[in-house]
Amino acid sequence: MHPILKMTLQRLGLGLLTLFVVSLIISGAVEMLPGDLAQEILGQSATPEAVAAMRKQLGLDLPWHERYLAWLGDTMTGDLGQSLASGREISNLIGTRLGSTLFLAGLAAAISVPLALTLGIMAALYRNSLFDRGVNVFTLSAISFPEFFVAYILILFLSVQAGWFPSISNIGTDTSFFEQIFRTLLPAFTLTAVVTAHMMRMTRAAIINLLASPYIEMARLKGLPPNRIIVRHAVPNALAPIINVVALNLAYLVVGVVVVEVVFVYPGLGQLLVDSVAKRDVTVVQACSLVFAATYILLNLTADVLSIVSNPRLLHPR
Amino acid sequence: MMQNIWKELKKAPLTAWFGMVVIAIYIFVSIFAGVLAPYGETDPVGFEYEPWGGDFLLGTDNLGRDMFSRLLYGAQNTVAIAIVTTLLAFFLGGVLGLLAASLGGVLDQVFSRIMDVLMAIPQLIFALLLLTIFGTSLINMVLVIAVLDSTRVYRLARAVAMNIVVMDYVEVAKLRGEGLWWQIRHEVLPNAMAPLVAEFGLRFCFVFLFIAALSFLGLGIQPPTADWGSMVRDNATLITFGDITPLLPAAAIALLTVAVNFVVDWMLHRSSGLKD
Repeated sequence: MHPILKMTLQRLGLGLLTLFVVSLIISGAVEMLPGDLAQEILGQSATPEAVAAMRKQLGLDLPWHERYLAWLGDTMTGDLGQSLASGREISNLIGTRLGSTLFLAGLAAAISVPLALTLGIMAALYRNSLFDRGVNVFTLSAISFPEFFVAYILILFLSVQAGWFPSISNIGTDTSFFEQIFRTLLPAFTLTAVVTAHMMRMTRAAIINLLASPYIEMARLKGLPPNRIIVRHAVPNALAPIINVVALNLAYLVVGVVVVEVVFVYPGLGQLLVDSVAKRDVTVVQACSLVFAATYILLNLTADVLSIVSNPRLLHPR
Repeated sequence: MMQNIWKELKKAPLTAWFGMVVIAIYIFVSIFAGVLAPYGETDPVGFEYEPWGGDFLLGTDNLGRDMFSRLLYGAQNTVAIAIVTTLLAFFLGGVLGLLAASLGGVLDQVFSRIMDVLMAIPQLIFALLLLTIFGTSLINMVLVIAVLDSTRVYRLARAVAMNIVVMDYVEVAKLRGEGLWWQIRHEVLPNAMAPLVAEFGLRFCFVFLFIAALSFLGLGIQPPTADWGSMVRDNATLITFGDITPLLPAAAIALLTVAVNFVVDWMLHRSSGLKD
């Protein structure tokens, strides 16, 4: 078998295994509740008979492996059960919110990835210059800032003082596409500030690592201009680590939305998750965690596979 | 000894100096918060949202408590809780990592695979799931974050210790009949210290931001304890009137993490022997 196919399949298998174990943990969340789900729903004052009836209805009287398989089957077919707090179908609750969250993360990615790559390549090109040092200090600071700090600074300057953007991103189903983009821009900028720093630093490091290799020396001795050396000779070989770090940051982006959504009152999955934790709505938290974890694992998996695929040594085996 | 330290310090870049001075100020403030603060931590002393100046240096918060005093007490609470959590994570992850590296075999495999799975779930999501199950309280939050963060420490401790346990001097100690604990304490740990100390700074920043985020979401340190994350949340409405008061606790968090990062950056640079 082609080595690249073999490694990709290996990673895929490993990713699916992780997903399986994670689903075990998340479905086990209910088991770990002090008391059980039936007791939680009915409250402390419920009669033992009512609790027993509820347990039967929820299937809590079955052995755990049957319960897990039933839960897995339901989840696969999109039936995520009901919210403990409101009794509403979770799939209805999550549906549009997941779309909003992905929209926000996508917009942030569309801004941050080109920005980070350009800045990273420029920092490598003008390394140790004033520009490079300035960007370095700036990114190190951006990594250390809490997300809500960045968010409120942006609100203060771009929304309250300049009045360009709304400080609350209340999008609904009736908002037009461009209106939706406009209202999502501020949260997207916040996320951009957080992830760009990391991607940019890795891009710069990956390129500078390569600059010591003999073939770059050769290109330099041939008299090629520095920007051509970087863009044509260094970047293609630095692609594997760059792609990897981009995918990892996209994974972070999907999770990082939680705090940002709360700041901007953005109607996404993160907001739902935080509200449900405060209400101890276990079933909703379970479903949200599963969606977040699955997205995260799949993106990490993509990072793995892409970095294998973009490795020329594996692409063209001797 | 002192001269050597001074010599190293003199060579430190400006950013590292900045970091060390800031950390020193934070330590001073958190120790003497009770003396420095003009008002009590939880006493309502004025009306809500009073402006800066007059009796209240930085105005009052949403319940009429003195903002400046709460900022000082916040240094005490937030920083202390973050340090305790990081120490706990290091103790847990460090001991397990060193054990896994020294014993190897099945134990190592079991520990490592468990850690892999724990690391596969995004930390914030996992923490929220666990806090739902066990309820949101200070103790629960500290334990949950410590356990989740210990996975990162475990990875590093194990990787570092792996290179040390194959050394001749560890072999000698083993042949001499020293116990496992003695080997770890006297041979492995001293040699693994440098990277672990640098990691401590990084993990502290991470834990500190994590706690701030949870408190900001209302799921971490509970009121009326003064804490920077929840102070931002409580006074956030002021932002929409162009008042920067709620940004102060957030800036306090940011400044400390930047300072620690600058120092760690310098330490890593020094220990990796990069001289460019």
